[in-house]
Amino acid sequence: MNEEFPQEYGPKWSDQRVERMLGVLVVAVVGLLLAMIVTVFVRGWPSFSHNGIAWFGPGGAVDEQLNAIFLSGQSGAEYVYTFHGWPLIWSTILITGGAVLIALFSALFVAVFIVEFAPEWMSNVLQPVVRFLASVPSVIYGLLGVLVLVPFIGNHLISEEQKASVAGVISLTGYSLLAAILVLTLMIAPLMVSIFTDGLRSVKPGWIEGSLALGVNRWRTTWKIGVRSARPAIVAGTVLATARAIGEAVMLAMISGSVGFAPNPADGLIFIYEPSRPLAPTIVKNIDQLSSPPANATLFAIATVLLFSAALFSLTGYIARRSMRKYGTA
Amino acid sequence: MLLLRGKDGESAVEGSATWALSDRIGLAICWALGLLFCAIAVAIVVFLFVKGISYLELSMLTTPASAGFTQAESGGFSDALFGTLIVAVMAIAVALPTGVATAIWLVEYGRPAALARITEATIEAIAGIPSIVLALFGTVIFSSTALGFLSRTSEGVVFGRSFFAASAMLSLVALPLVVASTREGLNSIPRHVREASYAVGKTKAATVRRILLPTSRPQVATGAMLGLGRIIGDTAIIVVLLGATQNFAPVEEAPFPLDYLRGAGTTLTNFVYEASPTGNLNQPEKAYAAAFVLLLMVLVLNGAVDVVHRRARKGGTWSH
Amino acid sequence: MEPLTSPPPIRRLNPENPEPATEVLPPARNGNGHAPQQSGFIAAKRSVGAPQFSIRRMEIDEVSVHYGAKEAVKRVSLPVRQGEVLSLIGPSGCGKTTLLRSLNRLTELTSTARLSGRILLDDVDIKLIEPTLLRRRVTMVFQQPNPFPMSVFDNIAYVLREQGSRRGRKKTLEPAVLSALDRAGLLEEVKDNLDHPALKLSGGQQQRLCIARALAAEPEVLLLDEPCSALDPKSTQVIEDLIVKLRDDVAVVIVTHNLQQAYRIADHVAFMYLGDLVEYNSATALFGSPREKRTQEYVSGAFG
Repeated sequence: MNEEFPQEYGPKWSDQRVERMLGVLVVAVVGLLLAMIVTVFVRGWPSFSHNGIAWFGPGGAVDEQLNAIFLSGQSGAEYVYTFHGWPLIWSTILITGGAVLIALFSALFVAVFIVEFAPEWMSNVLQPVVRFLASVPSVIYGLLGVLVLVPFIGNHLISEEQKASVAGVISLTGYSLLAAILVLTLMIAPLMVSIFTDGLRSVKPGWIEGSLALGVNRWRTTWKIGVRSARPAIVAGTVLATARAIGEAVMLAMISGSVGFAPNPADGLIFIYEPSRPLAPTIVKNIDQLSSPPANATLFAIATVLLFSAALFSLTGYIARRSMRKYGTA
Repeated sequence: MLLLRGKDGESAVEGSATWALSDRIGLAICWALGLLFCAIAVAIVVFLFVKGISYLELSMLTTPASAGFTQAESGGFSDALFGTLIVAVMAIAVALPTGVATAIWLVEYGRPAALARITEATIEAIAGIPSIVLALFGTVIFSSTALGFLSRTSEGVVFGRSFFAASAMLSLVALPLVVASTREGLNSIPRHVREASYAVGKTKAATVRRILLPTSRPQVATGAMLGLGRIIGDTAIIVVLLGATQNFAPVEEAPFPLDYLRGAGTTLTNFVYEASPTGNLNQPEKAYAAAFVLLLMVLVLNGAVDVVHRRARKGGTWSH
Repeated sequence: MEPLTSPPPIRRLNPENPEPATEVLPPARNGNGHAPQQSGFIAAKRSVGAPQFSIRRMEIDEVSVHYGAKEAVKRVSLPVRQGEVLSLIGPSGCGKTTLLRSLNRLTELTSTARLSGRILLDDVDIKLIEPTLLRRRVTMVFQQPNPFPMSVFDNIAYVLREQGSRRGRKKTLEPAVLSALDRAGLLEEVKDNLDHPALKLSGGQQQRLCIARALAAEPEVLLLDEPCSALDPKSTQVIEDLIVKLRDDVAVVIVTHNLQQAYRIADHVAFMYLGDLVEYNSATALFGSPREKRTQEYVSGAFG
């Protein structure tokens, strides 16, 4: 009889015990997430309740408001909560939207290129490079932006007269919308390319061969069959990239300009040179204010908005992918 | 495999001459963007490596940062380097067992079904939460007096920033990756393997422990390495939960190593952030050097994932 | 018939000695239809009558296909005629599928493939025709039904839309789609809901959809690579009837490893073995009184 035999008489780790323990762990994880959502919302509630819907609207200079909020908490006088976050929201929309649109368009073509039309040696080199780029920490992209792109924009792209034309309102230094959108695009594109290529490669080869055998050329076959079948992957990649873009705090803090300013399209082309600051970097830049209760509430309110947006995007992606299943995909 | 890029390097002889104009324009755009992407990718990689190598000196890895006005006097970033290693180890030490256990529960148990769906949604949700939000939540937890033992306390106020705090939140960053990878590994084992084990009287737990987990080792390892990659690359949580210093700041009254772990510190990402022009230090050369070290770590992790994949494929697959 | 003492030379088609355009075939068999005992081939009833006419559409002329060093098809010559069904039979690995795929240049998708000899489509060397144009005139149906992940309508409309700059809307394309479905015998079953996802059809319906798709391109030659091997007998029968009906409109070449099927529906049969064309003859002759010993062994089930 071997040593394992005694186990049969009631093992120490019976299935019920293990299942219960694992179940507790899983419930704890779920509970943690719920606790997180509730905590963030509850902590941010004072800011929302004092401002109402105007929290999201324009009005006043957001940086001054933040300052006032912070000071009121320090001084012990009545807390000030007045906060109109529109410049931050607008900045988030512009930067995230711009980056995701450019990245989606480019990543799709690049993925098709890698999978279909590039010479084989090029594909073999590009694959690991794309994966590497997708795992580069965001702070390094920020470094590149600050040390290379921002000076280039500030010194070579923006002309003196452009700077003068808006000098009364804002100073153009190169820390700008353009820099932020470009670097953010660079940051999320490899991720999208990598997910898209995986999606394209998992298309059933029978469909591709079938399409070619019907006399449809390579380009149309790749797009009408390959890309179409890979639509769930495309949606998944876009959602993932958008979530990353919205939540990107540190890199944007480095290059977007860090001024609570809403870039104004009415300024004409110059508006891409204007600095701004999206929601996530605002938290990072004001993190020292956590000790002041109203400032604490404001920062948590911003975090709630971030959380909510990320959830919204995930849900949209999920619904989009569900609806694609009707006709069947790869 | 996409037919036209098959295993033998198949390619059609078809030329684009007969295509409609829109197709040809599309192909041109494809090539243009593809080559542009290549050029930018190569440029970034080469630039970072060249700059990094040119500024990196061995002394930087061994000397901590110190106050100084010139590059020569301000020391290196050894504290940051150790900091990165410490948070990496601590965070993955939490994420790996938790993630593997969660994955096992999802694949092998998963009752009731509603809980399983909720758990899946939870893991996906955690993956989508911006790390700055995780960091904020961390301040709430670790500033509470109950957890004061995990960080510095002075005059009854819990500081709330320490390696413990940062690692705890960083583990959440790695958790979804570990879970996803492990699930893939477990799911790829066909049912008849489990049935064979149950048929000889083994419990599910024993089956998992002795058969399924060892078989999924490549995927678990991959998940861990992907998680590590995200951990060492994160800055927001570090900035918030580890404190804006460039050196270790151990807590005096605690014994080693707890004094360091309860204290504040820095990591390579934080160092790069501070050393850049927008940070407090403004030492671009050190920033490039630290970035280079970070990149090397990422490169090694990526390479390790590749090696694991290749070895796993060589080992043969199940006959389904 | 006494046993052959030595294999006679393989008859190849000779341009100086052309095959007659039509052959006089014995009348179709009725009843229990046993083939003459000499070949050892037990057949069921033949479904085809004699072909009404035949027009030579493709000419395979001394074609060899090499995959790297391996020769998959060795100097084969065959005619392909509209108005009749040509069946390629032979055991696995004999090169019949390779030969089929060379007819619409699908072999070129493998970079190691080399083709020597000529294949003519209406007297034009297919190497000189642009591949996509060729593949619209010579379409193919595969062993595994592969309907695209779209609706039934879109599957067929896909062929019509992508064959040029025709941007058809539903209304303009509908007649062509319906006609293709009708020719494939699928119209009755799907006409109530053309937006039904194609992947939800049964296996037999999917394969008929693939045939409809291939027909929508209005091809001159239809290639079928073991189309029924993944289907149940009932669907197989439906498709066989369909193939026979189609032979007047298109030249049909079908690869099959099912000898009964070949006997049922083919007018001419080419037996291949290890890349060689062993025998080419009318179906009744090849199955009834094969000239070659190897053919006789194969059709009587001695190997394969």
